[in-house]
Amino acid sequence: MGMKLVVIGAGMASGRAMEHLLEANNELYDITLFGAEPRGNYNRIMLSPVLSGEKSYEEIVTHDADWYRANGVDCRFGEMVTGIDRWKKVVITAKGETRYDKLLIATGSNPFIIPVPGRDLDGVMAYRDLGDVNRMLGYAGREGAKAVVIGGGLLGLEAAAGLAAQGVSVTVVHVMPHLMERQLDQSAGFLLQRELERRGITVLCNANTQEIVGDGHVEAVLLADGTRIEADFLVMAVGIRPNFGLAQASGLKYNRGLLVNDEMKTEDPEVFAIGECVEHRGTCYGLVAPLYDMAKVAARNLLGFKEVFEPVEISTKLKVTGCDLFSAGDFAEKPGREEIVYRDATRGIYKRLVIEDNKIIGAVMYGDTVDGGWFLQKMRAKEDIAGIRDTLIFGPNFAGGLPADPMAAVAALPLEAEICGCNGICKGAIIAAIDAGAGTLELVKARTKASTSCGSCAGLVEKVVALKLGDAFKLLAAGMCKCTDLTHDEVRKLIRVKELRTIPAVMQELEWKSSHGCASCRPALNYYMICEWPGEYVDHGPSRFINERVHANIQKDGTYSVVPRMWGGVTNAKELRAIADVADKFRVPTVKVTGGQRIDLLGIKKDDLPAVWADLNAAGMVSGAAYAKGLRTVKTCVGTDHCRFGVQDSTGLGIRIEKALWGAWSPHKFKMAVSGCPRNCAEATCKDMGVVCVSEGYQLHVGGAAGMDVKQTELLCVVASEDEAVEYCAAFYQLYRENAQYLHRPYKWIAKVGLDWVKEKVVLDAESRTALAARFFFSQKFYQIDPWEERTKGKDAHEFAPLADLTLVAAE
Amino acid sequence: MSGFLDIGAVADIPRQAARLVKTHAGCIAIFRNAEDRIFALDDTCPHKGGPLSNGIQHGESVTCPLHGWVFDLNTGVALGADEGAVRTYSVMVKDGRILLDPTALTARIAAE
Repeated sequence: MGMKLVVIGAGMASGRAMEHLLEANNELYDITLFGAEPRGNYNRIMLSPVLSGEKSYEEIVTHDADWYRANGVDCRFGEMVTGIDRWKKVVITAKGETRYDKLLIATGSNPFIIPVPGRDLDGVMAYRDLGDVNRMLGYAGREGAKAVVIGGGLLGLEAAAGLAAQGVSVTVVHVMPHLMERQLDQSAGFLLQRELERRGITVLCNANTQEIVGDGHVEAVLLADGTRIEADFLVMAVGIRPNFGLAQASGLKYNRGLLVNDEMKTEDPEVFAIGECVEHRGTCYGLVAPLYDMAKVAARNLLGFKEVFEPVEISTKLKVTGCDLFSAGDFAEKPGREEIVYRDATRGIYKRLVIEDNKIIGAVMYGDTVDGGWFLQKMRAKEDIAGIRDTLIFGPNFAGGLPADPMAAVAALPLEAEICGCNGICKGAIIAAIDAGAGTLELVKARTKASTSCGSCAGLVEKVVALKLGDAFKLLAAGMCKCTDLTHDEVRKLIRVKELRTIPAVMQELEWKSSHGCASCRPALNYYMICEWPGEYVDHGPSRFINERVHANIQKDGTYSVVPRMWGGVTNAKELRAIADVADKFRVPTVKVTGGQRIDLLGIKKDDLPAVWADLNAAGMVSGAAYAKGLRTVKTCVGTDHCRFGVQDSTGLGIRIEKALWGAWSPHKFKMAVSGCPRNCAEATCKDMGVVCVSEGYQLHVGGAAGMDVKQTELLCVVASEDEAVEYCAAFYQLYRENAQYLHRPYKWIAKVGLDWVKEKVVLDAESRTALAARFFFSQKFYQIDPWEERTKGKDAHEFAPLADLTLVAAE
Repeated sequence: MSGFLDIGAVADIPRQAARLVKTHAGCIAIFRNAEDRIFALDDTCPHKGGPLSNGIQHGESVTCPLHGWVFDLNTGVALGADEGAVRTYSVMVKDGRILLDPTALTARIAAE
C-alpha cells in the first residue's frame, strides 16, 4: 500500500506529472484522479486539427483507459470535486470524501467570457475542450453556417481557421489594432490577416463588441460602431483565467492565480499545484512548455527530491496549416533597442529580430520559420551576435556557409539547439535517448516526449533520429497501421518473397492483428497486390475507397462528378457536343473546366452514372480517372503546332504519353505535363513527372508537387527522341509503382530513396530501365480497360442500383 | 414475424459491401460483412449526410466516405470521439433471403 495521492484535474499538466512520477516509482503512491470532463487526458493543443478535420479525437488521446489501468490510476472522470478539507486531508465530491496524503491541484483555467449583454444566449461557446469542438462541429455541419469568433489571438484564430476549413463562413472580431498582438508585431499581424482573408475569413480589428443579440439563441453580434454581423453561433476566445475556486475556498493563498513556490508547493506543504491555475513569481502561464516543466518539478518533489522551477524564454507557433509564424521574446520598440528586418513581399515573408546590447531579445517571423529554433537558442544563451550581425537574419545556413540542405542544417545544429519547443527537448536529449537504446523514431518520441504535443517539430525530430541512426533508420520506421507492426516496405517485400497473392493470405501469413484489416491497410494491400500480380490478382472492390469503386468522385451531397479523358487536353466538336448533351439530358447542375485541361460534370446521381458513361462512351470518350490513384492528366501546351516559340511537338508527345500510361494504378495520383519550350506554359516543373522540350530533345523532370506542399521538380535526365521519352516515363512510373509506399506521391518517395537511386535505376542502368518498362507494359495489358465501358455492360451493377425500392410499394 | 419484408437475397450483396433499400422515409443501407452477417442502418451520416453504404466496411463497422466517421454496424453509434448515431433496423436471414422488420419504418414515417 502506497501513500494516497489525489489529483484534481485530468489535463495535460497533471497527466505529464503522473507520467514522470510513475516512470520513476510506480509503488510509492496510489493515485486517484478526478476530472471534470467525462474523459481522460488528451492533447488539448491539438484540438484545432480536430476542429478542422485534419485529425480525429483518437489521434490526440494521450492516456487511454489501458494506460490508466496499467498504471493503477483510479479514475473518477465526470465526478465534480466540490471541496477540499485540508485539516481532515480529504477532497469532497457528491459521492463522499476521499483521503489524501498528498494533493496535486491542476484545475487549469476557465475561458474568459466578456461581460456583454447576450453572453448567456444559446449558441455562445468557448473554445477549451472537446465538448466545445463537438458543439462547433454540430453547427458547422449545417448548410451555410455563419460564425463569429471574438478574439484574434492564438486560440481564436485557430478556431476561425478550423471552422473555415469546415466550410463555415467566419468573421473574427478583434478589439486590438492587429491580430495576435501579444506575439506578433504589426507587419507580421498584417501578413497573417491577409492569409486568413485569402481563406475567406473576414477579419475586423479595432472592433469592440457591444452586444450579442438573439431571442434565446444567438442571431447576430452588434459592434460599438453600429456594425451588425449575422451569426448562427459565436465562439468567445478572448483569453483564460486561472481556475482555482476550490483552492481558494480551502483557504489557500492566491493572487491572479493560486500561489506556488519554486517547488510547485502551495503554502500547505502537502498540497502541490501546477498548470494554468497557478501563479509563480507573479506570472500565470498558458502555453504548454512551462506547464510541462512545472509537472516535472512537482513530480520530482513528490518523489522526495528537491527541484525548482526555472521559467525559460518560450516561443509560440500557430497551428494553422499553411500559416507559418514564429514568435519569441520581447519585440517592442524601445530606446536602446535595434532591429534587423527582412521582407520579401512577393513570397509573403517577414522576419524581424530585436537586438539589445548585441544580444537577440526578440524574434518574429512569418512565412518562413525554419530558423526560429536557431534564433531562440541564441536568445536563451544570450549569445553576443556582433560578429555575425551582417548575415544573422539569413539564418544558420548562411552563417555557416552551409548548403541549403535540410539534413545538413540539422546536422549543423549544436547539441543544445531546441528541437521540440512544447516539451523543451534539445538535440542533445534526442541523441542521448538514442545512445541509451531508443532505436526507433517511436521509442525516441516515447522516451523524450519530443513532438508529442503540437507535433509541428515531427519532421525535425525525424531528421535528428535519421542522422544519428544513419542507414539503420529506414528499417526501423513505424508499422503500417494498427493491424500490423510491419512497415509498408516490409509488407511489400514479404508479399514478393512469400508470394502472397490475396489479401487474406497476407493477413494470415503476416499475422495481422485484426480479422479483416481496417480502412487504412486494406486499400494499401489491394494496391500492392494489383502491382505485384498483374493479370492474376482479382481487384477487391470493398477494399477501395468509394471513388475508385464507382469510377467517379463523390461530392459533399453524395452526388458524383464525372470527368472524361481529353487526351493531352485536346478536344473537338463531337466530344463537346456529347458532353453538352449529357449535361442537358441528366440536368447536370455544374459543368466546370478543371485545372488539368478537361471538363468536369458535377452533381450526377449515382444511379445515373452508367447511363452517363454510355453516352460519353458513344462519342468515343473514356474515363478520365479523375478519382484514381493512377495517371490523371497530361497537360500540354500547343508546341510546334501553333506556337511561334515551340521547339518540339509537345501536344503530340503529351497524347502519346497519356495513351501509354493511362489505366495503371499507382500508390497515389500521378499528374504529368509536357511543355513545348523552356517557357514552360504547361507548368511541367511542378508535376509528378514533367517533360520540357528543348531544341536538342526532352528534359525529363520528376518529383514536383503543387498541393499541400509545393515543390519544384528535379531534373532526371535529357533524352533525344520521343520514343526514349515515352520509355523513360514508363520506367520511372513503374519504379514508383513498385517501390513507393501507398499514398506517397513521387516527391515523398524520392525524398526517401534519393534521386541518385532513381537515376541509377532509370537512366544509368539501361538493362534496369528496359526491364521496368517491359514490366509496365505487360501490366498495362490488364489495366488499360475503360472501367466505364465495363460498367455500362453490367460489371458491379450492385453498386449502382438499390437492393429494393419500397417506395414503389403502396404505403399502408 | 409474418410482417417481415423480403428485400432481397444475401447473395445480391457482395461480402464487405452494402446496398440500399429506398423507402418513403429515406434510404436504409443493408451491409453484409465478411462473415455474412447482415446489418441495416439509416444510410445518412448524422455529421454531414454522407452515404454510409458507400463507405469502407471493416469488421463490424463502417467508415463514412465523406469525413471518416466510423459507426458500429450493430448499434449505429459513432465510435471514438464523434458523437452521434444512425437508426438501426432489425433484419433476419431465412433461406438466404434478407427479411426487414417494417415496424420501425412505419413508426418513422408516422413520426415525420
